[in-house]
Amino acid sequence: MRERGGVADKGRNVRQGYALLAPTLVVVGLTLAAPLGLLLITSLKSQSGIGFEAGWTLAQYSEVLGRGSYRILFARSVVVAALVTALTVALAYPMAYFVAFHARRKFLWLILLTIPFWTSYLLRVFAWKIILGYGGVINSGLLGLGLIAEPLGSLLYNPFAVVVTLAHAWAAFAILPIYVSLEKIDRSLLEAGSDLGDSKLRRFLRITLPLSMPGVIGAAILIFVPTTGDFVTPELVGGPAGAMIANIIETQFTQVGNWPLGAALALVSMTMVAVLAGLFVAAARAAARAVR
Amino acid sequence: MSFLSVSQVSKAFGGARVVDAVDLSVERGMFFSLLGPSGCGKSTLLRMIAGFETPDHGIITIDGVAMNGVPPNLRPTNMVFQSYAIFPHLNVFDNIAYGLRKSGLSSDELRRKVEAMLATVRLEGLGARAADQLSGGQRQRVALARALVREPKVLLLDEPLGALDKRLREAMQIELRAIQRKVGITFVLVTHDQEEALSLSDRVAVMSGGRILQVASPRELYDRPNCREVADFIGEINFFHATVKEVTESSVTVNGGLLGIVALPKTNVANGITAGDHVLLAIRPEHVGIAPQGLSGTIAAATFLGERSHFHVKIPGRTEPIAVSGQAPAGESVSLEFPPEKLIALPATG
Ligand SMILES: Nc1ncnc2c1ncn2[C@@H]1O[C@H](COP(=O)(O)OP(=O)(O)OP(=O)(O)O)[C@@H](O)[C@H]1O
Ligand SMILES: [Mg+2]
Repeated sequence: MRERGGVADKGRNVRQGYALLAPTLVVVGLTLAAPLGLLLITSLKSQSGIGFEAGWTLAQYSEVLGRGSYRILFARSVVVAALVTALTVALAYPMAYFVAFHARRKFLWLILLTIPFWTSYLLRVFAWKIILGYGGVINSGLLGLGLIAEPLGSLLYNPFAVVVTLAHAWAAFAILPIYVSLEKIDRSLLEAGSDLGDSKLRRFLRITLPLSMPGVIGAAILIFVPTTGDFVTPELVGGPAGAMIANIIETQFTQVGNWPLGAALALVSMTMVAVLAGLFVAAARAAARAVR
Repeated sequence: MSFLSVSQVSKAFGGARVVDAVDLSVERGMFFSLLGPSGCGKSTLLRMIAGFETPDHGIITIDGVAMNGVPPNLRPTNMVFQSYAIFPHLNVFDNIAYGLRKSGLSSDELRRKVEAMLATVRLEGLGARAADQLSGGQRQRVALARALVREPKVLLLDEPLGALDKRLREAMQIELRAIQRKVGITFVLVTHDQEEALSLSDRVAVMSGGRILQVASPRELYDRPNCREVADFIGEINFFHATVKEVTESSVTVNGGLLGIVALPKTNVANGITAGDHVLLAIRPEHVGIAPQGLSGTIAAATFLGERSHFHVKIPGRTEPIAVSGQAPAGESVSLEFPPEKLIALPATG
């Protein structure tokens, strides 16, 4: 009797759960699952003129995986995204740490730190173009100081410019999750660490860092995933040497007009990002757990 | 000099003196309690001993070494935090081993020490348990084990039993005392629970408003409080205003109003009281006697507590009812007597 009541309750709970999820499921279905399905279907076709040939083929995938130039682009996207992620997190962590542990007016500091992000992403990218450009702020500054005789041409239109620009563009997305995870740490845990013999540095490595790992992982994913798929920044400040996989995908859809190839590139890129992100999360968690 | 000595230590937060010229001395191996109402500065004093707060004035020494300027990680103290501060990312074993990792122990030795400590606090076999899967009592034991395993010279406990329910708290009190006897480490416990302080400690310091009022054994605190505040804080007590008439070698005669002229043994009278002083006579409820002749009154409220009852007696000419504990007589009216040897005289001021 009881047993059956329990089962009935469970059924009701499950139904309630789905009812609560329904709006989200509809949105996700329409905006995420359906387009992904279309992308998958497209990638299994091949282009003929402005339409697709009849029948299914894996030709796009063998093209994507076989061509060396694509592999270079994939590799560059991953390396640039990894560098951007590492740089952003490394710069954001001390700022978040300062606000969480030492700032008096935390809210004010958070506002100040995020003000740059109230402007458009494109404006920020253009700002970096002006800073790094041939006649830009850095070059004219160095020239004015007499430190260089000629403007440096190497600042813009390369992967370095992409890394710097994106690291700045994403800063707020890294500061906030790290700040939240640091803020949540019970201060008496830190006192306990000192009490049990740790210096400030050891205490940071053994308590603060592992406990803020969720924030670091969140920030890293938040940055790594969109960076691998970014095509605006490489387009504007990367030049040919800074092109990334998303630039080629964009070209396939808008200029070359080979949608199936574009779709296959996009799906391979997504899979790669998902696998790498998963590996990263597992590695970061394991590292945090290894701390004793 | 005593093992742990606190001399003339003061601390102010934004102008308010939270700890005010405190002197304490604690002998090695003692179970010492700091007892006082909430906000009286107990935790602040304890945190200064641990090194988390810096005294504005005064010196703290442990085993002859001055602690001023020594950071918490280098002090021979360990603390059991009120919130327990169990590391949430470590299991029970690693929580307890936390403070041993740097000490250059071999992993076998470390394991042996932690296992022994797990046994001491009766958590055998729970080493692999995650920190968030512990009950309140278990968390308390982990916090205790983690501090004890470092074999500190002084163990500091900030209301360690405050978060536990009454039954568990009483069980843990007994256990805490047994563990202290076993390890022989000096314990300094902070509490606002007078029963806890009295039942656990060798000596108790009663604190109020940042000052130490009295330091004594539990028995002495109960029988011979040195001022009204201590008398009031440690259990229930009745007060009568009185004036000192005569002081002799062995006794002090006072005019106790309703109580009449009473001669108290000199030992029941606080130091420094002279003829003509205004004093308070104090007597515990269980010392008030019920006699055929005496001060008569009526029972206002009674609580039956098994063998004995607790009742309040209204007496004509006195607004405050008198608390009495004993065998309640049948009927409403009762007459009370106040044995002089049980009365104590305290200064009326302060
Ligand atoms: N860091 C601080 N800054 C400002 N005021 C403080 C600080 N720490 C404590 N106080 C104040 O000092 C007073 C004594 O605090 P303390 O924590 O020592 O009290 P306590 O006796 O331990 O009380 P409780 O029994 O409630 O824990 C309180 O009024 C408290 O508000
Ligand atoms: Mg306190």
